[in-house]
Amino acid sequence: MTEHNVRNFTINFGPEHPSAHGVLRLVLELDGEIVERVDPHIGLLHRGTEKLMETKTYLQALPYLDRLDYVAPMNQEHAYCLAIEKLLGLQVPIRGQLIRVLYSEIGRILSHIMNVTTQAMDVGAMTPPVWGFEEREKLMIFYERACGARMHAAYFRPGGVHQDLPQQLVEDIGAWCDPFIKVLDDIEGLLTGNRIFKQRNVDIGVISLEEAWNWSMSGVMIRGSGAAWDLRKSQPYECYAELDFDIPIGKNGDCFDRYLVRMAEMRESVKIMKQCVARLLGDAKTGPISATDGKVVPPKRGEMKRSMEALIHHFKLYTEGFHVPAGEVYAAVEAPKGEFGVYLVADGSNKPYRCKLRAPGFAHLQAMDYLSTGHQLADVTAILGSLDIVFGEVDR
Amino acid sequence: MSEVLEQLSTYIREARGSLVSAAEIAYGELNLTTDRDNIVELLTFLRDDPQGGFVSFIDVSGVDWPQRPERFDVVYHLLSPKRNVRLRVKLSVAEDVSVPSVTGVYKGADWFEREIWDLYGVPFSGHPDMRRLVTDYGFEGHPLRKDFPVTGFVEVRYDDQLKRVVYEPVELRQEFRNFDFTSPWEGTDYVLPGDEKAQQ
Repeated sequence: MTEHNVRNFTINFGPEHPSAHGVLRLVLELDGEIVERVDPHIGLLHRGTEKLMETKTYLQALPYLDRLDYVAPMNQEHAYCLAIEKLLGLQVPIRGQLIRVLYSEIGRILSHIMNVTTQAMDVGAMTPPVWGFEEREKLMIFYERACGARMHAAYFRPGGVHQDLPQQLVEDIGAWCDPFIKVLDDIEGLLTGNRIFKQRNVDIGVISLEEAWNWSMSGVMIRGSGAAWDLRKSQPYECYAELDFDIPIGKNGDCFDRYLVRMAEMRESVKIMKQCVARLLGDAKTGPISATDGKVVPPKRGEMKRSMEALIHHFKLYTEGFHVPAGEVYAAVEAPKGEFGVYLVADGSNKPYRCKLRAPGFAHLQAMDYLSTGHQLADVTAILGSLDIVFGEVDR
Repeated sequence: MSEVLEQLSTYIREARGSLVSAAEIAYGELNLTTDRDNIVELLTFLRDDPQGGFVSFIDVSGVDWPQRPERFDVVYHLLSPKRNVRLRVKLSVAEDVSVPSVTGVYKGADWFEREIWDLYGVPFSGHPDMRRLVTDYGFEGHPLRKDFPVTGFVEVRYDDQLKRVVYEPVELRQEFRNFDFTSPWEGTDYVLPGDEKAQQ
């Protein structure tokens, strides 16, 4: 054996790479095909959301939240609305809460379908994305029918939601649930027992529970490592406490367990959606969809035609906006990707003084070096896929 | 919920009173105030103490208050999954003064601290890799400071002659519009003559 002059390779992965899930640039240091170090360069989609929000009124800042994790837009709005409601002390009526929960779960399914199927594509399967995206399309139409936009909804507003759902839409959502379980079965049939999929995911990117907490992970990353921690259960917001659902957990903390958790979570989401639909057609069939405080929630158009006070409120709310009492709160929701939190500092004016957006993807991506070191180059895409990264929220 | 927070607050003040300068509960959240000399010790205590169990590091963010001498707040959010409690730890720091990094306590603090350095210019001493994070390569200034203009200072475009992206000072076709819609008739600090009668 002759001595070779061995040196490490440094390669550049991205920013334009299909399995970078957006605009991620990874500088990889390789020893042969083994990854020695990963240095993610982010910020290529940085739009200064937090800075922009400081210059807008509370309501004007809301649509920016859709543009963070654009795979599940309404879940972000939810956290922001919860933060404002906490400061204002607003109560959302039950119909509004149910609509919010319904659409949050639709968002969760949107995100999980996207993640599971594109992760499958990253490791070589072509069919799951085609099947999954058909269902996503249907869900996006439900978004569109509720608020007029397929993605950038701006539907959750402080105090409730923007408009009521037509009964037909609620019925259609209910009718979508059961056929979707069949699609999930099909996708699962393609992937769960699949030899190639397992070879690419089992025992890849393992993280222990203790490390996962320490790396400030949340959501599926924690549950895949074995903790039954879900904010919907442990710190219930809206009416999640009244709904019946389970928290699936993994055992090994590898990419495959995270995939399994996501698949199981979609089934649980469907369960929640069915309960919401039943209640929206049953005991909460009528009723207000947002708080009735005229100083925060704008009046309906019909009211404005008749009431002078409603007209004044409308004018004031869409120019000056409402004032939020000074203080600071942190509100978090269980977004599909993990804990999405909003740290809101209000100074008593009509604009947020500081709005820090705590994105789960940001916290997960920083562990890329820890998770990938020692793995093969090809595993980097599998790990990246299982982290569930969307650059809108990582870069903000 | 607030009882749990009260207990926790009392416990922390008894156990490590020297590390905490103030503790208050507002909007159902516990706020601890400390300073930069004690932050690492306090977070280590909160993480390792069986009564606390704050093993999950949620977030650290900056807030800029330019009118204060110690203009930046560094705000840590912790979560104890065991006790199902959240906690906020705050410290304030002047410009160009560094804060000890807590990456030794929570690995997850890594990027959050880099982001604060990038956006606020608060350096963290002892951080293993204090580079900019989200702004452009070669960016100057700290954009989330209140005195940084929303429009920024440079803009980029692709130059067809040079065949590369060039940076130029921002030139606005229209002045940045920042309308002040706040009502001039509210929030006066004087009492108009006669108003005192309306109180009854």
